[in-house]
Amino acid sequence: MAVSVNEAVPASPVRDRTPPARRIGGGGRGRSVLEIALLTVLAVVMLFPVLWMIETSIKENRDVYAVPAKFVDFQVTLAHYRDVFVDPGGGRSALSVAFLNSVLVAGVSTVLATLLGVPAAWAYSRFALKAKKDQLFFILSTRFMPPVVVVIPIFLMYRQVGLIDTPLGLILIYTAFNLPFTIWMIKGFVDEVPAEYEDAAMLDGYTRLQAFRKFTLPLLVPGIAATAVFALIFSWNEFVFAIFLTSSDDVRTAPPAIAGLIGGTTVDWGLVAASSVVFALPVLVFAYLVRRHLVAGVTLGAVRR
Amino acid sequence: MGTVTAQGLSKSFGKVQALDGVTLDVPDGAFFVVLGPSGAGKTTTLRAIAGLTKLDAGSVHLDGRDATGDAPADRDLAMVFQNYALYPRHTAYENIASPLRARGRPASEIAAAVDRISGLLHIERLLQRRPAQLSGGEMQRVALARALVRSPRAFLMDEPLTNLDLKLRVEMRTELTRIHRSLGATFVYVTNDQVEALSMADQIAVLKAGRVQQVGTPAEVYERPANQWVAGFVGSPPISLLACRAEGDRLIGAAGWSLPRPGWTTAEDGRPLLLGLRSEDLSVEQRGDAALPGELYGLEPLGDRTVVDVRVGTDLLKVKARPTISGTPGERLLVTVDLDRAHLFDASTGQSLSAATR
Repeated sequence: MAVSVNEAVPASPVRDRTPPARRIGGGGRGRSVLEIALLTVLAVVMLFPVLWMIETSIKENRDVYAVPAKFVDFQVTLAHYRDVFVDPGGGRSALSVAFLNSVLVAGVSTVLATLLGVPAAWAYSRFALKAKKDQLFFILSTRFMPPVVVVIPIFLMYRQVGLIDTPLGLILIYTAFNLPFTIWMIKGFVDEVPAEYEDAAMLDGYTRLQAFRKFTLPLLVPGIAATAVFALIFSWNEFVFAIFLTSSDDVRTAPPAIAGLIGGTTVDWGLVAASSVVFALPVLVFAYLVRRHLVAGVTLGAVRR
Repeated sequence: MGTVTAQGLSKSFGKVQALDGVTLDVPDGAFFVVLGPSGAGKTTTLRAIAGLTKLDAGSVHLDGRDATGDAPADRDLAMVFQNYALYPRHTAYENIASPLRARGRPASEIAAAVDRISGLLHIERLLQRRPAQLSGGEMQRVALARALVRSPRAFLMDEPLTNLDLKLRVEMRTELTRIHRSLGATFVYVTNDQVEALSMADQIAVLKAGRVQQVGTPAEVYERPANQWVAGFVGSPPISLLACRAEGDRLIGAAGWSLPRPGWTTAEDGRPLLLGLRSEDLSVEQRGDAALPGELYGLEPLGDRTVVDVRVGTDLLKVKARPTISGTPGERLLVTVDLDRAHLFDASTGQSLSAATR
């Protein structure tokens, strides 16, 4: 369904239909050929690394190093994928542990950021607070600097309280980093839901929280889903905190674990490629599942009521 | 029972003083209209009564009991919102049933109540639709039904007819008056439309900039406006105001005209005054002692009547005339004044100087 949440409020007819693409000059056909050509070039440039990664992940090691490079005529193998999950000596591989750590850390931090962010966003949207704009600016300002700027002080603090090299440490820092984004993003969605629904519900006999839960929250689900996916992608891909704050294979998440494969005397590029593919898949699947809400979330404010 | 008493309501939003000591006394069973232009604080007053807006000062008593700190749910009020605020994911039936469900009534009672009220408002065939599938007028009826499905202490209505087209608005005016009479319940009704106020109200409170200007019956507000502002706001076409002063037994206009001084005014000589004249108390067709010389400025034919604009000095008088009247701009004419129905205001304070006993 569409993201219009104020369906009951009579307003000017919704104008969210984009006008048909304008064609300049009479040469409609020529232009579309040009468009297709340019888009093809762009797609090749963008997708070639991905394609090469997938190819490398299913090549025999000798084909990986073949000169000239083999595009099609190589031996297909799934050995690298097996190595991602199974240790050569038997048992679970270090990489698979890293993947499980990533699932745990990204999942829990996303759930926490959402659970904390939704009520905060609702409160910032609905209530008159002292210095509300300043508070919101302060919340956002924690995202102004890149993680690498704060990683040293956080490392020192974590060492003091014993959070170094623990999943909880990563969960907390990812939650803290995702929370401003979650609050701002969901506040935008709450702003779009007329407060009158809650007013009406309160006069019907519900408490304020019941009114929010029964009437506003269901309308926010698409927005919350979109926001959660963004938070999940951030936590899943995060590298700097992960590499500074964890060291043991038991705690390390996938990004530093994959990076750790590169270096040393020989690099098993097939394994690097296979683990990268496995690493990229969950995000792709999630983004695909919520793609419509993602677009709605990203273009929020572009569509007027 | 259903009395609503608001005492000294004050509320500011930042630097804007939305309510500045609003006091209203709504008797049981009244159709009480709060009338004022946009920004006067009407909706804030209603929301304060409903408990949706936290007050800076003042109290709300419901049936004589202090309800100032009560949650909206505990006030036993029903409200119709200007934009209807129908729950978009719920059908009309669910919307109407919501107040009863919130209060945990049994399903059979809810079904019976929704049935009864949808019959009263002729919306039986809309019950399974969602708000997006309803027209503006239908949404309005469903919103009304959601309020009327219970028998609350009082009904609060925030400009419920504003978003309807003119024909529907006139229809719903009659309908609301009928419903009010049949229920005998207390209605607090907010509007910026003086026609709605005059035609529906038992009592009108006129609000401007967060202050109550006048409270009275429609006749009182129209016939004896408390000040120049109320006189100008209520009535269409608006009242004409002419600058003048009293001198002996005459009223001398700033534009040079002179009228006999009405016996009912107590204004002392020389004080700057404003003479308020409504269009129906002026005539260009009849002759009388009290008359103002002017020239024809324009004609506004309105079908059932024509409003004649007459320029007297620099002021413009709106005069009601029969629909067939004709004339050419610039033409000299005399405007006869019914001085017994005229109004005098202090030019500096705007307060009415007409004796209250008149």
